[in-house]
Order: sequence, then C-alpha cells, then structure tokens
Amino acid sequence: MLGFGYNPAVAYASLFSGSFGSVYSWAESLANATPLILTALTFAIAMRGGLFNIGAEGQLYIGALAAVTVSLIHLPPPLHIIVALAAAMIAGMLWSLPVALLKTTRGVHEVISTIMFNWIAHFFAFYLIANVLTDPKRGEKTISIAETSRLGRILPDASLNYGLVVALVAVVVVLFLLWRTTAGFELRATGYNPESANYAGISWRKQVLRAFLIGGAVAGLAGAVQVMGRPPTYAVLSGMPQLLNLGFDGIGVAMIGRNHPVGIVFAAIFFGGLMVGGRIMQFSPGVPLELVRVVEGVIILALAVPELKRMFSFLRTKIKGRG
Amino acid sequence: MELAHVWGILFISLHAMVPITLAAIGETIEESAGLFNIGLEGILLLSALTGALGAEASGSATIGLLAGMGTGALIGLLFGVINTYLKGSQLITGVGINLFAFGFVALLLILLGAPGFHSVPRDAQIQLIPLGVGSLSPLVFVTVILAIAVWWLLNRTQLGLKIKAVGENPAAADVAGIRVNALRVGTAIAAGMLAGLAGAYLSVDWFGAVTKEITAGRGFIALATVVFSGLNPLLALLGGFIFGFFDGFATWISTYPGIKKIIPWQFVAMAPYVVTLLVVAGAIGRVRFPKGLGVPYLRE
Repeated sequence: MLGFGYNPAVAYASLFSGSFGSVYSWAESLANATPLILTALTFAIAMRGGLFNIGAEGQLYIGALAAVTVSLIHLPPPLHIIVALAAAMIAGMLWSLPVALLKTTRGVHEVISTIMFNWIAHFFAFYLIANVLTDPKRGEKTISIAETSRLGRILPDASLNYGLVVALVAVVVVLFLLWRTTAGFELRATGYNPESANYAGISWRKQVLRAFLIGGAVAGLAGAVQVMGRPPTYAVLSGMPQLLNLGFDGIGVAMIGRNHPVGIVFAAIFFGGLMVGGRIMQFSPGVPLELVRVVEGVIILALAVPELKRMFSFLRTKIKGRG
Repeated sequence: MELAHVWGILFISLHAMVPITLAAIGETIEESAGLFNIGLEGILLLSALTGALGAEASGSATIGLLAGMGTGALIGLLFGVINTYLKGSQLITGVGINLFAFGFVALLLILLGAPGFHSVPRDAQIQLIPLGVGSLSPLVFVTVILAIAVWWLLNRTQLGLKIKAVGENPAAADVAGIRVNALRVGTAIAAGMLAGLAGAYLSVDWFGAVTKEITAGRGFIALATVVFSGLNPLLALLGGFIFGFFDGFATWISTYPGIKKIIPWQFVAMAPYVVTLLVVAGAIGRVRFPKGLGVPYLRE
C-alpha cells in the first residue's frame, strides 16, 4: 500500500470504520454476511460428513429463481414468505439430489459433479431470466418479488433485512441437527471415520443423501433471502451480479469458521465487513470484492497446513491462559 | 452438411481439446504419484493472465507460453510442498488455489483498467499453421506429442515406475530408496507446468484475450477427463477430444442462425458439462486409482 502512495494506517482505519464504525456500516456488513452464513453452512454440513460439496453456487441460483417463481401466485403476506422460502429449499434440494445419487450409485466424485451442476445451473438460470421469468417491462431482469413475499428491512435506509433472522434460524437448526440428533451423530461419525461408522451399522449412502439434501436446502435459502430481502432490486438481474460467487465465498467462510455453525457466523460477519469496508477504501468500484477473495484464498492455503493450524491454536490457548 | 462445416467442427474440437488434454495429462502424472489437485482451474486462470501479460510485454507468444508454464510450476511447487512435507489437505489446498485465482485475476484485470477483459496484441499471439482447409494451432501437435511422451514416461521408463510406486505404496517405495516426498513435489511441478501451458494457450493462442471467466470449468473437465482415462494419457487425448468436441460444437452452433431458433443458446452451452457428467458416470467402475491417492505419506 505504501508503494501505491497510501498511508496504510489511514487506509486500515477507514476500512475498519467503514465496516464496523457506525450502526449503518454494521447493518451493511451484516447484510453482506447473511447469504454467506447460509452457503458456508452448506459446505460445513457436507464437510462434517466427510464430503466436499462445492455446489452451493448452483443450488443458490436455483433457490433464488424458485423464490421469484412463487411471486407469480398471490398469497397473504406471512404465508407468501413461508411458501417462497420453502420453494427455494425444495429447489435447492432437488438440484443437489443428482449429485448425491451419482456419488452413491456411480461413485462420481462430488467435486466434479457439483462443479458441472454449477455450470448447468448457471446457463439454466440465464435461460429462465431471459425467457421465462422475464419482467415484461424491463427485459434485463426477472419479475420483481411480490410485496407480500418480501423480507422487510430491519433499519430504514440500510440493506440489512430479516433475511439475517432466517440465516440465524438456519444456524440454530443445523447446530441442533448435527449435535443433538441421532441423524447428526451418524453424519459426523461417518465424516470422522467412515469405516468404523459403517461397522457400527451406519449407512454411508444415507449420510451422503442427508448431507447433500440438507446442504441443498440451506443453499436454496441463501439465494432466496438474497433476492427476497436485499434492497433495492428484489429481482434477479441478468448476469446475476447479486448472486454470483456467494457459493464459493461460502467455502472460504466455512473453512475460516472451522466448519462450525457459530464460527461461521463470525467468519461471515468478518468477510461481510471486508466487503463493505473495502468499498469505502475507494480504490475503484468493484475492486474490494475481488480483494476479499484473494484474502480468502491465502487464508485457506494457510489453513490447509496442519502445522500452521497447530500454531494458531497454540497462540489461542496462550492468550486464553493470560486472560 | 457441407464438407467445410465438417472441417470447421473438427478444427474447433481440436483447438478445444488442447487445454483439457494438457491439464489432464499433467494431473495424470501427479495422480499416479498420489496427489489429487483440484486447483487445476485456478492454475489455468492464473497462467492465462500471466501468459497474456508475458506475451504482451515481450511481444512474443513463446515468452507468453513460458510465463504461463512458470506460473503453473510455481503453484505446482506450492501445492506439492504443502501436501508432502507439510502434510496438508489436498482438497483444501486446491480450493485455496482456486479462490485465490478467481480473486486475483479479476482484481488485476480491473487494475489494468479492463474490467473482465484484456486482449493480447495480434502479433504477440501464436501464429496458426495454414492447412488448406483451415488453420491449426501448433499447440495441437504439441499436445499430441506430449500425451504420447507422458504415456511413454509413465509406462516405459524407470522414473515412471518410481512415480507409480510412490502413488501405490509410498511406504514400500520409501524402503526401496525412493525419496517419496521429493518425487511427489516433482510431479506436482510437472503437472503445474502442463496446466500453465494450457492456461497460457487459452489467452495467448485460442481466445487472444484473457477474461475472468476464460477457464469456464475446463480445469474441472480436465479432472473428469483423468477419471475417464483411468490415468492413461492416450485416453486423455481421446477424452479431451470428446469434451473439446462438445465445447467447440457449442461455440460453433451458437453462431449458426437457423439452430438458434430451435434450441436456445443456453441449452447448447450446457452441453459440455452434461456430457462430462454422463461420461464420468459411465466410466467409473472400470477405473482403478492408486491406493495412496489423496493421502500424505507419513514415515513411521
């Protein structure tokens, strides 16, 4: 930064105040964190079951468009929201079902199949936006979400909306599912040691289905809250700028949150804040999001090394010991 | 259909085959040694950028290709070291490479003042070889030669035998005096160079420009090709051609006005990914991978 003639101290101060310096910037950071919490949960659920689901990206496109489709029918306000969220979850599940089946019946590695399904979803979404769900007045976007199925703003003038509540409910549900139910125990046991889980009579096939279906539902929600809650568009724009890469960013958030729902919330707020703060740093428009991805990549590479992880936790216990 | 169209589709398929096959035969070398690198996509993307910048700065396409190979070698080295000496997780390292590449390339394109698009000057692009019925990139021939060379290396040389031993049973290879980790890092560098060449080919040769979506999942299609080929570089050539055919076909058909009306372009664009899924689902079962694949070697 010095090389570019900036004062790093001033830059970081403005980054921080931009992200977390006021009620407004907190609200923007949390609004950015909302979909990331959900896509990170998708990755984490699979990871807990020993699976590598990088398909949240495609599942969230489909979820968002399912939520838009529900706006074609008329329903009273609370019911309309519930139906839209449910439709998005079902759509996300249906989109990830073939991945699970290809894995259990044909042994196709989920890294390959999820990426292929992401690209198929990408073009399928383009088709729906341009030909089926198109706004009759404005061809560059889908029809808008009906007033009755919008998630309201929590603060006036800020992007933060009740989608955050949806995300936090999902966090609690996943937390409960994975650590307080038999199904969750079976999933985690399979992830921890597939052979002994199998020996204990836990069906591996069932866990694969479980991980991908729950993950797909949560990713579908991510797309839904982004389009139902995030002002001002309330529609999917052609090229999907408001959805693109949320699934991939979720992978980074999940890993930094150590694949734990609570950790994910904090990691998502951190990255949501970086996105807002970067914008305030004002290099040029559009730069910050990409910069966040670079940071994410570097952190993940560092986390891939167990020795470094051990160093991190060593430092943490040291700090705890002092406090 | 006229004969010219047949040649057109054949040439497009061959051009689309190059990046997939190059990345796949590289991955074949490292998977034979036990490393599974899902960061291919990221290597392709980064080397497409450095290749384009290298070619532009030097005015020479060859330098561009070398810049791409150098980039690939560096990332291969990083991947290799993390997953051997540092006992890291191969999948996580791969995701890290991919995310870093997505961000870094998009960021640099913006800083270059070209959001999402940066073209390579004409005279710094690879010159095609005119063949009467059309022109073909020299890289098509290089790819065929490299595939045969890698097959020869893996199946007919002592080094190939060592690579396979390290992938199949690293402990036994260690006892036999093979330096497991060093050899694995070597294969990761070789794989990175081949993927780097593939990436630079995309920008310096095939498209003549670099965009942030230039790879379009080709790194992952290359991974699928490795599965299809069952670690046989010659079959990777065939797999690359099949996927290349659908990739090229999608590009070719989208310029064809009559067909546009019948099938929306979006469904044509899906074809390579659908075919990849079908082929991989059909190929698995008969394919056997090395026992040590994906596992770091710990000496006891």
